[in-house]
Amino acid sequence: MSRTARIRLLTITAVWLAWEVLARSGLVFKGVVPSSLQVIAAMAEQLGHAPFYDHLLRTCYEVLIGFGIGSASAVVIGTAMGLSPFCGRMLHPYVNIFAPAPKIVFLPVLMILFGVDAGSKVAMAAISAFFPVVVATFDGAREVPLVLVRVAHSFRASTAQLALKVYLPSMLPPIVTGMRLGLGVAIIGTLLAEIKLSNKGLGFLAIQHYEGFHIPDLYAVLLIIFSLAVMANALIGRAATRFYRR
Amino acid sequence: MRLQQALNRPWLAPASGLALLVACVLALEWAGHAGWISAFFLPPPSEIALAGWRLGDEEPLGAAFMTTLMLTLSATAASAALGITAGWLMYRHGDFGRAYEAWVGALFSAPLILLYPLFLVLFGRNLFTVALMGFLAGVIPVVLKTFEGLRGVPRVLINVARSFNLDERGILFKVLLPAARPAVFTGLRLSFIYCTINIVGLEYLTNFGGLGFLVGRMYDRFDIPAMYATVAFVLLVSVLGFWAAERIERLFTRR
Repeated sequence: MSRTARIRLLTITAVWLAWEVLARSGLVFKGVVPSSLQVIAAMAEQLGHAPFYDHLLRTCYEVLIGFGIGSASAVVIGTAMGLSPFCGRMLHPYVNIFAPAPKIVFLPVLMILFGVDAGSKVAMAAISAFFPVVVATFDGAREVPLVLVRVAHSFRASTAQLALKVYLPSMLPPIVTGMRLGLGVAIIGTLLAEIKLSNKGLGFLAIQHYEGFHIPDLYAVLLIIFSLAVMANALIGRAATRFYRR
Repeated sequence: MRLQQALNRPWLAPASGLALLVACVLALEWAGHAGWISAFFLPPPSEIALAGWRLGDEEPLGAAFMTTLMLTLSATAASAALGITAGWLMYRHGDFGRAYEAWVGALFSAPLILLYPLFLVLFGRNLFTVALMGFLAGVIPVVLKTFEGLRGVPRVLINVARSFNLDERGILFKVLLPAARPAVFTGLRLSFIYCTINIVGLEYLTNFGGLGFLVGRMYDRFDIPAMYATVAFVLLVSVLGFWAAERIERLFTRR
C-alpha cells in the first residue's frame, strides 16, 4: 500500500473514531451527533424508500435544467466577450460586479418572476452557474493563440471548422473548469432555494428532517447530497479528459 | 479598419457599457410608469432608489450592512490565516499534500452550507455560527490555491536560496510566498466570494440579522422596492470586498 493510501486510511479511521467518541461522550446535545451506525441505517432506509427518489428526481431536474441553461448562455456570451475585445471591455466590469454576489438574495425576485415551484429553483441554478462559466469562457476565448487562427484562415477553414477545430479545443479546458465550479454553485443555489421555500427536493427533505429533529435522517440526506455533488464533479472531469485525449 | 481603430479607443468600451446601463435603467423606468412591467415584479428604478433612502430611516440598514461586511471580512481573514498555513503544511509534507489534495478539491464542490442546521444546534443561533459557516466555505479555496501556488514555485529559486544558507523560515517568506502570491491572492478572492455567499445565504435562511435577513424581511412585507434596494446593498458589499482585495494585492505586489 502506498504511503498516500496509508495516510488516507489512517485519516478516515481517526475521523471515524473521533466521531464515535464525540457521539458517545455526552459532550454535545444528545442526538446532534449520532453514531455512524445510526447514520448508515438511516441512509439505507432513505435509499430504500420510494418517495426519496421523487425528491431526488426533482432536485436533479432543477439542477440539470438550470445548469444547462446557465452554462449554455454563459458559453455563448463569454465567447462573444472573449473574441470581441470591445464587447469584453464593455461587459466585463458588470460581470465582475455580479459574479461575486451571493445569488441567494435574488431568490425573492425569482420567486416573484417564476413562482414558488420548480421554476424559481431552475432560475436560481441557472444564474448561479452562469457567472463562473462566463468568466472562465471569457478567459479561455482571450487566450486562444492567434497563430492557430491565422493558420486555419490560411487553409481557408470555414467558420464552423474554425469553431470546432480551433476555438473549441483551445477553450475547452477553462470552460470545463468553469463548469465544474458552476455545477457546484448551481447545486448549492438549488438546495438553498428548496430549503427556503419548496414542497419537494432534497433540500426540502433535509429541512423537514431537521425540523422534526430526525438527525440521523438529516445526516443521511446530507451525505447523499455530498456524494452526488462530488460524483457529478468527477464525471465532468472524466468526460473532459476523454475529450482531450481524442 | 477605421471601425476597428475607432473601437480600440480606450474610453469607448467603458462609456458604451455605462450608456447601455443608463439606457436599461431609463427603459425600465419608462416601462414601469407606462404599465408595461408590473411594479410587483420590477418597480421603476426611481422607486428602488427612494426605497433605499427610506430603508436608512425605517430599518437598521447601517447596522445590517456593517454586520454583513464585518462577518464576511472576519471569515475571510480567518480563512486566509488558516488556509495559507494549511496549504503550506500540505506543501511542506508532500505525502500528506498528495493524500489530501483530492479530498480538499471534493470539499470545494460540496454544499457545506447545508450543515447549517447542525451548526445552529451545536454552536447556537448567533453571529459566531454564521461567521463559522462562512469560514468553512472560504478556507477551502485558500488551501487549494496556496498548495497549487507553492508547488508551482520553480525549484531553482529554492536551490539558490539554500545555496545562500537561507533557513526554512527565510525560504518561506522570501522565496515561496512571494512566488506563490498570484495563486494565493486568487484563493483569497475566491474565499471572499464563498464567504459572502454563505454568510448572506445563512442570514437569509435563518432570519438572524444582516443584509440577507433584511432582503427576506422586505419580501415578506411585500415591500418590493425596498427588497431590490437591499439586494443592491448586498452587491455593494461584494464590490467593496473585491475592490479591497485588489488594493491589498497591489500593495503586496509593489513591495
